[in-house]
Amino acid sequence: MDWQPLLLTFKLALVTTLLLLIIAIPLAYWLAYTKSRFKPILETLVSMPLVLPPTVLGFYLLVTFSPSSVLGGWLNNYFGIQFIFSFHGLVLASIIYSLPFMVHPIQAGFANINTTMIEASYVLGKSKITTLFKILIPNIKPSLLTGVVLAFAHTIGEFGVVLMIGGNIPGKTKVASIAIYDEVEALNYDTANSYSLILFAITFSILLVVYIVNGGYLKRFWK
Amino acid sequence: MIQIALQKNLIAANGDMLLDIDIKIKEGEFVTLYGDSGAGKTSILKMIAGLMPADNGLIKVRDKIWLDTKNNICLKTQQRRIGYVFQEYALFPNMTVKENLLFALEKGQDKQIITELIELIELGELKDRKPEMLSGGQKQRVALARALVRKPEILMLDEPLSALDHAMRSKLQDYILKVHKQLNLTTLLISHEMGEVLKMCDKVLVIEKGRITRYGNPIDVFTSKQVSGKFQFLGEIVEIEKEDIIYIVTVLIGANFVKIVADTSDIKTMKVGDKIVVASKAFNPLLQKIN
Repeated sequence: MDWQPLLLTFKLALVTTLLLLIIAIPLAYWLAYTKSRFKPILETLVSMPLVLPPTVLGFYLLVTFSPSSVLGGWLNNYFGIQFIFSFHGLVLASIIYSLPFMVHPIQAGFANINTTMIEASYVLGKSKITTLFKILIPNIKPSLLTGVVLAFAHTIGEFGVVLMIGGNIPGKTKVASIAIYDEVEALNYDTANSYSLILFAITFSILLVVYIVNGGYLKRFWK
Repeated sequence: MIQIALQKNLIAANGDMLLDIDIKIKEGEFVTLYGDSGAGKTSILKMIAGLMPADNGLIKVRDKIWLDTKNNICLKTQQRRIGYVFQEYALFPNMTVKENLLFALEKGQDKQIITELIELIELGELKDRKPEMLSGGQKQRVALARALVRKPEILMLDEPLSALDHAMRSKLQDYILKVHKQLNLTTLLISHEMGEVLKMCDKVLVIEKGRITRYGNPIDVFTSKQVSGKFQFLGEIVEIEKEDIIYIVTVLIGANFVKIVADTSDIKTMKVGDKIVVASKAFNPLLQKIN
């Protein structure tokens, strides 16, 4: 069995999750506290990947970033970045595809924080940034953990969008889910089964850890 | 001198209400805002703190202008030197008692103040505990100490004691009075309770439907001056019982119940829950020193 697709899957999930965390915290903060008229539009856009077939997302990314398109050509000529059939492309697609899984829990976490706690911090002369890092983020740790894990697990499981924009290039874009499809096509059921079992076991363990930690079982056990 | 003039159209439960106040407070004074819920008391404090925008207004603290809507001046909450104690404590659950106080320090401020406040408000034993391990009274003491770290120009207390039992409340009143005097603060307190107002403050502002209806010394404000009694107490009617041709009225004065005889004509205007004055004048009081 070739381990490369599995390693690539986890590399993709890790990079995607880290970048998503950086993007999602400010986005979720804005969505949780804004009174802007544009909030519903942005909320809809963030949630779209939940309902949109991944192939639709992949198709539009393919069209937008293909070297023959305006944007794709420009990126290629000036920066030498190619999003089609490359790891960069997979990361970009995964970020968009897993965005709601990271943003929603964090947004809910922010929204559940008592506003007087935020006011108390302002009254003590602390800026919004200090309040975000010292008060808000430390008090929404369970939401952050949920977001991180869901985004990570969801990225491991993606198929359609990866196939559309990444294709099936070994070592570059052939992730585990695609490798399974490939092996089944070639009637190598044993290899497909090995990949599948590993993915099954890993995703099960990850989710189990979240429920154990957020359910307070660890604390009860330690006490 | 602190000058506060505020106007704001508030959307209240029973329709819109115009909040319109204009007061001057001397430095070092202890002022209570007294009135029914929904009268606009909390809104006033929030506007002073800059947590709620005013439609029109002027807030001047000593020589500094915090708010002047005519000239488009409005300092941010962070720039107003205030201490604010919330009804629901608002301690930061991720920090211990001491960390809560340390968080309030300004850049470059001497940490000595934390030690002083821990001693003054007697938090020594609690300083390493997280807020979830504290009782309501302890939490409110921490909140009070935290509000004082920045050495506020105005200390504002929004019904800080309403969730506490009587004994705890009395103890916390003493703490508040102690810091008010020792740190020479100007304090604004929201309170529903007459006893608390009488014990704590120099001046009381009675607020009804967004307007100040009475302002002055609490005894003068709460009692009509026509009573010439030597003894008078403020209380609340707890029960009215009819017995033969007279009525027995049970009144709560401070923490004591007192039964008083009344006749039908007195009772006509009174009902359970009314605030009343119990006055007496026709006897000779004796003074005796107790050792």
